[in-house]
Amino acid sequence: MAELRLMKGNEAIAEAAIRCGCDGYFGYPITPQSEVLETLMARMPWDETGMVVLQAESELAAINMVYGGAGCGKKVMTSSSSPGISLKQEGITYIAGAELPCLVVNVVRGGPGLGTIQPAQSDYFQAVKGGGHGDYKLIVLAPASVQEMYDFVDLGFELAFKYRNPAMILSDGVIGQMMEKVQLGDYKPRLTNEEIIKRYGSWATTGKTADRKRNIITSLDLDAGSQEKFNIKLQNKYKEIQDKEVRFEKIACDDAEYLLVAYGSSSRVCQKAIDIARGKGIKVGLLRPITLFPYPSKAIQELLPQLKGILSVEMSAGQMVEDVRLAVNGKVNVEHFGRMGGVIPTPNEVVEALEEKFIKA
Amino acid sequence: MDVKDIIKEENLVYSKSKVLTDNIMHYCPGCTHGVVHKIIAEVIEEMGIQDKTIAVSPVGCSVLAYNYLDIDWQEAAHGRAPAIATAISRLHPEKYVFTYQGDGDLASIGTAEIMHACNRGENITVIFINNAIYGMTGGQMAPTTLEGMKTATTPYGRRVDLNGYPLKITELIAQLPGTCYVTRQSGHTPAAVRKLKKAITKAFENTGKNKGTSFIEVVSTCNSGWKMPPVKANEWMVENMFPFYPLGDMKDE
Amino acid sequence: MTEEIIIAGFGGQGVLSMGKILAYSGIMQDQEVSWMPSYGPEMRGGTANVTVILSDSRISSPIIQEFDTAIILNQQSMDKFEKMVKPGGVLIYDPNGITRPPERKDISVYEIDAAEEAARMKNAKTFNMIVLGAFLKVKPIVKLDNVVKGLEKSLPARHHNLIPANKEAIQKGMEIVKKMN
Repeated sequence: MAELRLMKGNEAIAEAAIRCGCDGYFGYPITPQSEVLETLMARMPWDETGMVVLQAESELAAINMVYGGAGCGKKVMTSSSSPGISLKQEGITYIAGAELPCLVVNVVRGGPGLGTIQPAQSDYFQAVKGGGHGDYKLIVLAPASVQEMYDFVDLGFELAFKYRNPAMILSDGVIGQMMEKVQLGDYKPRLTNEEIIKRYGSWATTGKTADRKRNIITSLDLDAGSQEKFNIKLQNKYKEIQDKEVRFEKIACDDAEYLLVAYGSSSRVCQKAIDIARGKGIKVGLLRPITLFPYPSKAIQELLPQLKGILSVEMSAGQMVEDVRLAVNGKVNVEHFGRMGGVIPTPNEVVEALEEKFIKA
Repeated sequence: MDVKDIIKEENLVYSKSKVLTDNIMHYCPGCTHGVVHKIIAEVIEEMGIQDKTIAVSPVGCSVLAYNYLDIDWQEAAHGRAPAIATAISRLHPEKYVFTYQGDGDLASIGTAEIMHACNRGENITVIFINNAIYGMTGGQMAPTTLEGMKTATTPYGRRVDLNGYPLKITELIAQLPGTCYVTRQSGHTPAAVRKLKKAITKAFENTGKNKGTSFIEVVSTCNSGWKMPPVKANEWMVENMFPFYPLGDMKDE
Repeated sequence: MTEEIIIAGFGGQGVLSMGKILAYSGIMQDQEVSWMPSYGPEMRGGTANVTVILSDSRISSPIIQEFDTAIILNQQSMDKFEKMVKPGGVLIYDPNGITRPPERKDISVYEIDAAEEAARMKNAKTFNMIVLGAFLKVKPIVKLDNVVKGLEKSLPARHHNLIPANKEAIQKGMEIVKKMN
């Protein structure tokens, strides 16, 4: 029988890393995600699986360690929270530019600046629209439960290696700090150096042997023409990801006249709001994007004929709502409701906002 | 008679290291980078570790170092080479990992990364090219620029009241218990080249013996940045750089 | 069945671990559970609280503003959470350190003199288990056997020798809890 354990979201990230055959974790403490590094250090996976765990001198160093490890074809990751993720942006754009696979976890807290340590979803733009410089995208997964925190580590690595692209788990303080029941998976063995050479030897720095040209991990190309060609290649990759990797969940949408769109912990609040609203006779459903890039635009478009209004619920000033509006393209009224700075909206507030913006109006 | 008729095995007294590629170097004539690249290539070839060496290049003039040495390379963000080398070395403990960094990269923007990598005693070699100037961006002040030295951003000479003091980072690095070998060399004469090659060999051997961080500063010239012809630049280096950055081993354990 | 509980008191009273044991007990009987702590600077010696939800179906919001049961262990928490109990809900409190007893008439109020009982048992660490016993008497949502299994899962093996004392404390709490209205 699969093992069930009560775990914090942050602990689930650490446990999942060990079990999915991660080769290295490089981190720096910051609330509310320090339990990831703490759990790994307490678990001492170097004895169990050979996984390397290192507390770096800064977030900047940590993400560059990830670059180094990823460049060797290893399964490597880091985690942090908003201010630390801002610091990591340099490394993330280099990783995207060098087409390296890796996993970055952001347990989001309120901003801007040092902000607060309470949960928020105000890093959506940073995660989905860019973050660092240049035309690149991350594959962004948004867990709404501790089980998904666990599952998305393996999924994130799988997608990252499939597309040679950095993947991000965009979580928040609620999911990081809460405990829920987690079904643990079996241990996947780490790849041996020989297996890595077989799979990724065409690009990874594994030591230049006589049978191949030297491998160079770089994001530099001083020739504008070939840099543009490379950018087109990246854009084609993102299009393929958009076509193939969209993930979402629909709840109570069959007869819905109104739609809530929410991800992560907001989507949990919205599930409760749906129960309350339906108790009042309001036919409302929830579309929960699981991938934020690629965004489930089509899934929203398919629901449009039955809808009178859409409410995007986020712990931010309204960031994802822009993607909802792009998907809807003016066909249905789209409004935003959110709280900011670490305040979590209540289910009743969501219902009130729905009534105020659509039903009373 | 053809050139090929002259270049016969029995006539060969010198050949380019097989670890050097045929790419034409972009460095200015007289630049020390070419000398150091050549020595590293020779050491790798002589030690027979081409397939075991992974290098990390910096941002600066040597950003394109990966075009010249026929080994696997990773190109780092500015200053971050030691962090990248840390991960490569930890994930590939059997490999010879070295960073190649300039003074702006190592002693300014990457100070935290080099200090902590050396302090952790990462099993890597660091080649530090100190020519007291930012070459690639057009000759601006570096952390190691000497007092009074003119650069694009100190057009009237470096003033310590305005710009602070030149940083003797190698002396700082030598204090860190994680380092096993810290030395300052140059490459301006055949004798200096021979000593530098010995130092680089020793550093790579240290890596092979898992001894911790080996750190080699190479006091270098930048003819373009210094606005001097190569010979004059070498003379200026001997007269001005060496008194402030004296050559020799600081630590050899 | 869904039971939404807030447990609130001072850091060091075992608020978070009591919630964890309760959540583990729920897992032992195949329920869905969530455990959401307040986190941040207030945890360092100040007040601590945790929301625990046990349910037979998927849990929606782990953060809620109305509770079926409030377990209150200091005055600050009484001031904050008494008003957040659902009408018809339950409030259990330890009178030690409470200067203003609960006033609501539309909820069931219970008193558990756990601090004094823990002192009598000469084991301050059983305090939170006495409180848990009081809760389980009032709301028998998990079986004692499953609580013991929950203790086995949430305590490290080296502390398993403490399980009998904890079980005894839970039973004591069940005995001495008093209905106040």
